Amino acid sequence: MANKLQVEAIKTGTVIDHIPAGQGMKILKRMELIKLKEKITVGFNLPSKNLGMKDLIKVANLLFTEEEANQLALFAPGATINVIENYIIKDKFEMSLPDVVQAAFDCPNSNCISHSEPVQSYFTVKQKNNDIQLKCKYCEKSFSKSIVEDL
Amino acid sequence: MANPLYQKHIISIPDFSRQEMELIVETAAELKSNPNPGLLQGKVIASCFFEASTRTRLSFETAIQRLGGSFIGFDNGANTSLAKKGETLADSVQVIASYVDAFVMRHPQEGAARLASEFSSVPVINAGDGSNQHPTQTLLDLFSIYECQKKLDGLNIAFVGDLKYGRTVHSLTQALSAFDCRFAFIAPDALGMPEYITDELDEKNIHHRRFDTIEEAVPEADIIYMTRVQKERFDETEFKHMAAKYILTLDTLKGARDNLKILHPLPRVDEIAVAVDKTPYAYYFEQAQNGVYAREALLALVLNEQI
Repeated sequence: MANKLQVEAIKTGTVIDHIPAGQGMKILKRMELIKLKEKITVGFNLPSKNLGMKDLIKVANLLFTEEEANQLALFAPGATINVIENYIIKDKFEMSLPDVVQAAFDCPNSNCISHSEPVQSYFTVKQKNNDIQLKCKYCEKSFSKSIVEDL
Repeated sequence: MANPLYQKHIISIPDFSRQEMELIVETAAELKSNPNPGLLQGKVIASCFFEASTRTRLSFETAIQRLGGSFIGFDNGANTSLAKKGETLADSVQVIASYVDAFVMRHPQEGAARLASEFSSVPVINAGDGSNQHPTQTLLDLFSIYECQKKLDGLNIAFVGDLKYGRTVHSLTQALSAFDCRFAFIAPDALGMPEYITDELDEKNIHHRRFDTIEEAVPEADIIYMTRVQKERFDETEFKHMAAKYILTLDTLKGARDNLKILHPLPRVDEIAVAVDKTPYAYYFEQAQNGVYAREALLALVLNEQI
């Protein structure tokens, strides 16, 4: 019992597990989870066999779709998402890098036309060496993932 | 069968296949030697310049009229009611596109042409979107290279000057990388070719090198593409010290190949000595004239199923 996490199981909702430590806050903010007004349980710097330390987020009554899950892949590569209904895992997504990220954040180029027009931001995603590059469909500029994370 | 550019938007050089670029270049050559004033007969084309660009606009409007078409539009967005009333570009485009057969546009913001293509019922032709793309400049450069070298494949191309901010240079490098060309880059350290371009070349296994001086690149060059190093980017002493290295003079050209041609997107300030104009190497004024033929070719292909 001493080694067990005192985190309550959720009946229905989504558990985002194996988030690289330090990314949990960013995901809460990025996905605007707090605005949902649902019960959220978070754990930061939890012990993890593979990662050493990990973050974990549980959101009650929110059932992630695969597309929503993939938006997260950009910020938490390697995370797993368990969608739970009635205490049973209904869906399990291993994060894979999406080909496209839509409407997740504004284009970092302040002169990009997408800021002032009735369109959603749209980036194609490309893995380059150890970095992930996002290329805006409109201004065609490429940005490192780290720039987008700080927005 | 319809030509592959029929009713297509012309937004960005990476959208083009090698075959499409060849088709435009060959059509431009054909229209230059055999003018065809009927190709745009009965067509009305919008020429909407949300920011001023006199040479590009005049060259488009000449091309339209040489092919028998007519145009509507404006030469500076600030003079229009669109800007004053705060209408979105998306709405302006939908309305104007409903009047015309094609929509030529220049805009100060990056991505404007791609956005317009999502709202336009007719083909959009990008005449420059901020610092992003200016595909018709690249196509006229390609046509000029084809015209003076009789081919596009396997050439040695040297780019000189501001290679960091010059979108012309980026797009032309991307275009020529479809033709197995070799590149030499000669630029001040602070204005070198951006990494994303050299990475693209590496990915395609295309040979490129940096040189410190133009002289080092001259003996092997088939094309020297000059651009201007802008004073504003340096402090005065630094600029004086450095600028001389990126000026092309008669001396610089000693040992050049007979087929060498010098290109420049113009306007020139002092980066090519006037004495060079009289040499057989100078090709920049022909290049500027070719802007009309390249744009004629593009409009003709976009608006005619077959030529």
